[in-house]
Amino acid sequence: MYSKNVLDHFKNPRNMGAMENPDAEATVGNPTCGDVMKIMIKVEDSRIKDVKNAPSFRKIGSLESENLNGRTVEASQMGNFIISDIKFQTMGCVAAIATSSMTTEMAKGKSLEEAKNITNKDVAKALGDLPPIKVHCSNLAADALKEAIENFEQK
Amino acid sequence: MAKRIYLDNAATTKVDERVLKAMQPFFLEKFGNASSQHMLGQEAGMALEESREIIARSIKARSDEIFFTSSGTESNNWAIKGVGLKNLASGKNHIITTKIEHDCILNSCSWMEEQGFKVTYLDVDKEGFVNPEDVRNAISEKTLLVSVIHGNNEIGTIQDIKKIGEICKNSGVYFHIDACQSYTKVPIDVRKQNLDLVTLNAHKINGPKGVGVLYIRRGTKIDPLIHGGKQESGMRSGTENIPGIVGFAKAVKISKSRDIRKMIKLRDKLIYEISKIPYSKLNGPKGDKRLCNNINFSFEAVEGEAIGAYLDVNKICSSTGSACSSRSLAPSHVLKAIGLSPLNLNSSIRLSLGRDNTGEEIDYVVGTLRKIIFKLREVSPFKLKYHGKKEN
Repeated sequence: MYSKNVLDHFKNPRNMGAMENPDAEATVGNPTCGDVMKIMIKVEDSRIKDVKNAPSFRKIGSLESENLNGRTVEASQMGNFIISDIKFQTMGCVAAIATSSMTTEMAKGKSLEEAKNITNKDVAKALGDLPPIKVHCSNLAADALKEAIENFEQK
Repeated sequence: MAKRIYLDNAATTKVDERVLKAMQPFFLEKFGNASSQHMLGQEAGMALEESREIIARSIKARSDEIFFTSSGTESNNWAIKGVGLKNLASGKNHIITTKIEHDCILNSCSWMEEQGFKVTYLDVDKEGFVNPEDVRNAISEKTLLVSVIHGNNEIGTIQDIKKIGEICKNSGVYFHIDACQSYTKVPIDVRKQNLDLVTLNAHKINGPKGVGVLYIRRGTKIDPLIHGGKQESGMRSGTENIPGIVGFAKAVKISKSRDIRKMIKLRDKLIYEISKIPYSKLNGPKGDKRLCNNINFSFEAVEGEAIGAYLDVNKICSSTGSACSSRSLAPSHVLKAIGLSPLNLNSSIRLSLGRDNTGEEIDYVVGTLRKIIFKLREVSPFKLKYHGKKEN
């Protein structure tokens, strides 16, 4: 039923476990089948290394806008922020655990903008085929990632 | 352990070699149609009647009350629809069943509702028992039929059919049981238990797939669903599946009470050992009101489908009531009916024994299951005390 790649990610999940002091996290649930997934991220800026000790994202944003002679930096122009570390915890079926694992692998090292654009289709594609009945389970991981990034932006 | 361990005998069983051997001549040499006049046909006809006799005796019925079908599903459909349609003129249009029936009963009942019938779906208690008094209270003068699953396929609950049969008899209501899981494991006596219709099948008892039986008490008003060449006394047309029927009878003949005792031992060992895993919960009753081969557990904070997949990777065949494994994406209606919390509803696994399972296999399964649950809880965001502190 499941491809080798899916089973590999299920049996040996990447980036699994809790994270101490994450910069942002999100927990999402899928009421249809009772899956719950938590994603935790650490974010770095290529110019300001220690985001954690920076007061907040908005401050960083305004700091940048000053650096750029008053030009406003919108939240959408966050290309400089990258996901330096990511962890997940999932209660769910094989597909939910495997897609969680794959999502974290895909997001690691990506800019927030890039990571936000990871869709569940991308994840499913990267895993090889998911059984059609299982596709809905794969929505969870990309949703959780997006929400974690949004939580970071709103900090 | 190199060999695959099969613990999904409630889904289907391996055909016993003796059964296969009994069937073989009816494919190659004695392949006649039981309706044919010639020698080959007569041979087939004799085998058919001998088989009918064996199955009749096993439930204390007469052989002219045994009708062969293609499956338990067909027999269940026939019992509900055949009785319903035949009795339309009587004005009785009420059927009573339970919330823990097999889908073929539930879906037949909902089809009957579309035809204008009223159906009462009785609640069960936390262990899956129907209260016979609820049956009594649900019966009205409009009630035609009561249909109850004898031994539940998911959680193994064995109903008090004698008591329910008595109530039905006193109220003049037909009583049907679905005995697909209980047949040869729990005694069935159609006279003592006041049964009007009984569904049986072969492939749960080391017989072949594709053969079922509906016992119909003489005098029961029921329409055939399959019309044609008037086989089975005109009640179920279609050339009889002689090899399958012979295999069915052989499977009944070789079923032994010592196999039941062996399965009970293994079942209770599994239940005892699995209960030691923290935050595990046995679904269904303990003891002699539980099918000898059924084990069903929920494990908090993990998903049943994931447990099953992990067991499969470790060469253990199991089954789950988790929503994520089913086509409908809805969790098991049986586990819902016994009132499991959402966290337990999707975290169940069913292990069903067969007579070939060994104590050694059971030890391996327990050890493997313990590791799997630990590992899946490591992945889970719900940290239980098992791993130290409880979060969330």
